[in-house]
Amino acid sequence: MRGETDLWTLAVIAGLAAVTVLTRCFFFILDRPWGLPEWAHRALHYAPAAALAAVIAPEIVMSNGQLIDTWQDARLYAAAAGAAYYFWRRGVLGTMLAGMAVYLPLHLGLGW
Amino acid sequence: MFFSPAIRRRPAFREGLRDMAPVALGIGAWGLMTGVAMVKSGMSVVEAVAMTLLVYAGSSQLAAIPLLIAGAPAWVVLATGFCVNLRFVVFSLHLRPYFMHLPRWRRLVQGYLTADMSYALFTRRFPVPADTPEGRDAQEAYLNGGCYVTWCAWMGMSLVGVALANLIPQSWGLGFAGVLSLVAIVCSMATTRLRILSALVASATAVAAYALPLKLNIVAAIGVAVLLCFWLERRLGLDPDAEDDA
Repeated sequence: MRGETDLWTLAVIAGLAAVTVLTRCFFFILDRPWGLPEWAHRALHYAPAAALAAVIAPEIVMSNGQLIDTWQDARLYAAAAGAAYYFWRRGVLGTMLAGMAVYLPLHLGLGW
Repeated sequence: MFFSPAIRRRPAFREGLRDMAPVALGIGAWGLMTGVAMVKSGMSVVEAVAMTLLVYAGSSQLAAIPLLIAGAPAWVVLATGFCVNLRFVVFSLHLRPYFMHLPRWRRLVQGYLTADMSYALFTRRFPVPADTPEGRDAQEAYLNGGCYVTWCAWMGMSLVGVALANLIPQSWGLGFAGVLSLVAIVCSMATTRLRILSALVASATAVAAYALPLKLNIVAAIGVAVLLCFWLERRLGLDPDAEDDA
């Protein structure tokens, strides 16, 4: 699906919109009050960070389904610079800019 | 619901606008980058515009992009989006007493439009729900002032990003900006030792299990990380609420 529109993708996008409504309204969809089971409450602590980390880790350390076997990859340094910026100054925008400031010279300049 | 003129006329609406205005720049920049990342990762313009207009949740959009491109099955994309959005479930528990006087369809529209910053500013300005009709009207108007600024900044700049993306060559790799934004979000969530561990274990599992079909490595990673944290919690006698500052 490189640059082409397909109905399946549009359907999944509509599903994601439903997920936005479901999660943002979760506890006030129904009229009567209710709570989550205890295990689900505990999962709320860990699942969000796990889900995002699981999505991005392969995007940073893998190419074509293989773990990269070289240190000459701009993504490694960009992600490290981004994380370092985050713990120094906070902020999503700054993290992205700091990471791209490392990524673009290495990627475009050195071809990493 | 900021599209209602009756709500926009209340004075608290303007107060909400004013308080959210300084944050709009950051929200707009994040939207711009999300717009660029969607198109540069390989989504079509129609898909990117549909995602912007409908999904209205930056981190779940960015997390969905690589899965959509890889052709993951719908349920994996939706389950991942759900997990990424779990923080909103916590917010909704907090917002319930503020919204329950509204009819259900208005609660649903209001909840859909209330993103992270609107929630944060609203609950800071009004730590307790109002108990008079006037108070409720003012709270609703204030919240919608913030939601209006957020929605305009996000939608406007996302669409600008989608439009600009076609001017930028694919080889620059600007789609990686989306991954970097998620790096920041993961760092912001990793506030306790067990949450850091959860992110690290999920990363390692997602890479190790990459060969699984249907992008099930994501589901496996979430499962392994959460179960390991449950086990360690019990084993070490940690209290997740006491450890938690989020």
